[in-house]
Formats: sequence, C-alpha cells, structure tokens
Amino acid sequence: MKRIVSFITENFEKEVLESFEISSGLLRASNMTEDEIIEEISLSGLKGRGGAAYPTGKKLAQSAVFKSDVKYLICNADEGEPGTFKDRDLLKYDALGVFEGMVISALAVRATDGILYLREEYSFLIDELENILSQMRSKKILGHNILDTGLNFDISIFSGAGAYICGEGTSLIESIEGKPGRPRNKPPYTKEQGLFMKPTLLNNVETYAAINAIMKNGYEEFIKYGTEKSPGTKLISLCGNVNSPGTYEIPFGVTLKEIIEKIGNGVKNERNVKFVQIGGISGPLILGKNLDIPFTYEDFDKIDVSMGSGAILVVDDQTDILDFLDAVQAFFKHESCGKCTPCREGNRQLLNVLARMRKGIETESDIVNIERIAKTMKYASFCGLGQTAPTALLSAIKNCPEEIFRRGEQHA
Amino acid sequence: MDKSMKDAVQKIVIKHGVGKEFLLPILKEVQKLNKYHYIPQDVSQYMAKYMGIHESEVYEVISFYAEFSEVPRGENVIKVCDSTVCKVNDNEELIGLLEDVLGIGMGETSENKKFSLEFSPCFGACDIAPAIRINGEVFGNLNKERLEEILQYYKEGPHEKNS
Repeated sequence: MKRIVSFITENFEKEVLESFEISSGLLRASNMTEDEIIEEISLSGLKGRGGAAYPTGKKLAQSAVFKSDVKYLICNADEGEPGTFKDRDLLKYDALGVFEGMVISALAVRATDGILYLREEYSFLIDELENILSQMRSKKILGHNILDTGLNFDISIFSGAGAYICGEGTSLIESIEGKPGRPRNKPPYTKEQGLFMKPTLLNNVETYAAINAIMKNGYEEFIKYGTEKSPGTKLISLCGNVNSPGTYEIPFGVTLKEIIEKIGNGVKNERNVKFVQIGGISGPLILGKNLDIPFTYEDFDKIDVSMGSGAILVVDDQTDILDFLDAVQAFFKHESCGKCTPCREGNRQLLNVLARMRKGIETESDIVNIERIAKTMKYASFCGLGQTAPTALLSAIKNCPEEIFRRGEQHA
Repeated sequence: MDKSMKDAVQKIVIKHGVGKEFLLPILKEVQKLNKYHYIPQDVSQYMAKYMGIHESEVYEVISFYAEFSEVPRGENVIKVCDSTVCKVNDNEELIGLLEDVLGIGMGETSENKKFSLEFSPCFGACDIAPAIRINGEVFGNLNKERLEEILQYYKEGPHEKNS
C-alpha cells in the first residue's frame, strides 16, 4: 500500500497487535471532559466520511444532549458503494484504531453499546476483529468502567446480509432490529430515537479512525494538512482503468489529475481519461478535460459535485458512456428497496429509455422524459438511494449531451 | 423436515435468543445447515413457529437480503460482480468463460448441482477488479487463464468450505 500522507493510516504497515498498546489518543480522551473531546473534534473541522460530510463535532454535540441508560454507538461498515473499499482496508490494517475512535466517541457522548455493522461481503474480517475486541477487553478499554472513567461500554459485531440500502443509517438500524432494511421516516432522528428507539450515534469507519488520529496527534496537526475549508486528510478508493488502484490517504487540495497520474501511475495502456466518477456509483461524472480540479469540498461544491465516500473511478476512452450509465441504473434497480415510487419505478423507466438509446431508436419524447424521470427521482425519492440514483445520468446530460443523445440525432 | 434438522435449528435459536432482532444472525447459521445454500420453506416455517414470530416476517427478511435464498443453489455459488468498476475492467469475457466452462448461463444452477452462477452487486474488491466470489471467497485480478485454473480447482472438488 502506497501512502502519500499517513495521519490516519499511520499503523497500516505495523504488525498488528505485535505489541498491543492503548493508544495515546484514547488515554488523552479518558482524561478529558465530554465537552473537551467534542471541542477538539470540532476544531479539527472533521466532516463525516461516509458521504454526507456533516460536521462530526456538531454531530457529537447533538448526540451528547440525549441522556439515556442505553445509548447506541454504531460504526457503519456497510461499505456497499461500488468503487469504495477504503473502510475494508481500515478494518484490515488498523481495526484497533477504528475501535479506539469508537471508544473515544463513546466517552464524548456517554454511549453504552457499540456495534460495528459489517457488510456480509467483509465477513472474512470477523475473526480478526473479534480477536482485537477481546484483547481490548482484557486491557480494560472495553467493558466495565473503561480506564476509570466510570463509563461502561462494549462493542459487538453485527454482520449484514447483502443490501446496499443498509448503508443508509435508518435502514441499517432496521436491519439490526431483524427487519428488511427499509429507510425510516425522519423525524424522529436517530440521535434521539434510533436503534430500538434509543438515542443512537452513527458514523462511518473512516470518521472513527480520524477521531482517533486527531485525538492522538491533536487537531493542530490535522489541520496542517489540506485547505482552510477542507482541513486534514481523506482516504480515497482509486480504481478503474488506472495502473495502481488502491486505498490512499491524501491531503485535501491535490487535483484529480495529480491523483490519477502520480498516485494511480496513470491510465492503463496509456489511454486517455474519458471521465471519472466521484464518490461511487451514486456520484456524478467529471469529464477527462476537467481534471484540474482540486480534491476539496469547496472546489467540488462549485461544480455541484459531492465528494461522497472518496471513491474515484477512472474510466478510459474505450468505454461507451451509455453502457456505463446502463450499468449504473441496473445496479440501482436491483438495490432499490421498493418502498417509494420514484425510486422503484424511476430506475425501471430509465433503463427502458437507456435501452432504446443504446439501440439508437429513442424517440423525441424519450429525450424529454429521461431528464424528467431523473429529476423526479432526485427530488421526490424517500431516501438518499433514490435521490442519488440518477446523479451520474443527470451529470452526463448536463456535461456531455452530445455523447449520449448522439444516436437520436442520427436517426431523427 | 427431520428431527436432526429441527434440533439444529432449535440449537441455533437458543444460542442467539428468540427475539426478532436475532433473525439475521439466526438465518445466516440456519442457511449454513444446508449444503445447497438456501433455507427451505419448511425450515423457515418451523423457525418462525419456534421463535413465536409470523412466517411472513421471516420470509420478508429472507427475500429482502441477497445473502439468503429460498431456492436451492449449487454447492459452489459463484458470484460475478456486474457493477461499474468490474465492467470497465472488461469482466464480459470472464462471464463468457464461466458460462462455457460450467455449461450454464448466469442465474442458473448446473444439473449436478455443483455450481450456481449469479450476478452480484459490488463486493468491495474494486482494487482487484475484475473479481468474483466463490462461496464467499474473493478472487481478483482475473484473466482467462487464472479463472480457468480456479474453476478447475473447484470442479475437481470435493469442497465443503462453507459447511
């Protein structure tokens, strides 16, 4: 694994558990008040790394308000976004750091029960994860009265059963409760009534890993990386037609071009980049000619692109964009939970129109309808799945209509 | 459904607890009791009755999650990622090879019940795309030669990795 910076991924090359030491970040947090921990995370400017980019400090503060005898703290390792695998590597190379981040967060919000929701596809990690948890218990950093803080907190692992939708917080909670993973109505918000209707804090794997690293090194060290509005570092999952795909930690501010050329060692077979898809299958496309954009929240905002989980899928000029969009929509048709009409029916209809477009027999009303259906999904779907399912398509319509409507013109 | 199966199901339920919230872990283990990676209807009916929950609640969960099946599959379940990353890494020729070597199409089970071929959404092996999963184990960076070797290995069986 090649690392550009190693703030969060510091332990990736160490022999796991050769010398099991309690992290200095956890020791530090155990001597701080709840407010002090939350303040430290707030000052770091850390944002949720699962995709929503909600300020983590704010989330912790909002969660801390709700007192309860049972309070859940969930780590979302249902990393189902195609193109994303950074959480897999975090759990493979430094699960202890992730768990320590969970304990630090538990100290901040006084949580009692931690759950790692691990996607079924990552079941091969379970034995090692359980091993680390039991070592943590023997070191008394899990269990009764952790590090003499008076907090009782333990972590268990819940294995998912294969459903993309369960990456959505409330669907994940439904799934733990033994139900199909369909999203809940909000409010009530999970911070107040989440799992088993108890206050619940839910964060992505990388967010907990970052909390641990920030607590260990201090927020001042974290904000030395990145830009003013995107402080710190981010893990990216670089994949597709690049020579060196993989998980990399980068400081914010590196351009997409640099990421592809310097980190990914360029496009395979020296071809050109047709487009990249950002943030996974629910993300937009950025054309090959626009890759000078820095990887920051603020620069992405300007072109209406959401960073998502940090996936960067590089696609070369051999791929037909309509074939690609068809694969995207087929994925969402399969993964739609069926609860709301825009998502359930929208994906089917988009696939119908795309099938005609690929054959070059689309009608004029298809061209109007495809955008109408996509926008209806974006604005009227119940949860993030349906809302983001047409993102790639809409970005293609906006950025390169000539590529996708070309056949219609020929046949008009 | 014979007594030994009933006992096995009971044992699993007792281990986890009778609450509905244990349904997913229980179903995972119950499915492993079956060589053909599925949960027969009489088993899920018995399970529901034993746990005191409605049959439809169990069926709803089985049908919702990709890991569970209500119909028999092959002894070796081969899942082929058909998401975007594997697509742009030319997984098409692998699919053709799988179908040729196994003599079945995608979504089918071979007559001798040795193999099932299924499409799967992304399983997080994009850095080693194109990839497949056989009985849960991931094989990546595949080309025709490597895939042929792997299939040969599984064809020669017996392989009871998941049982």
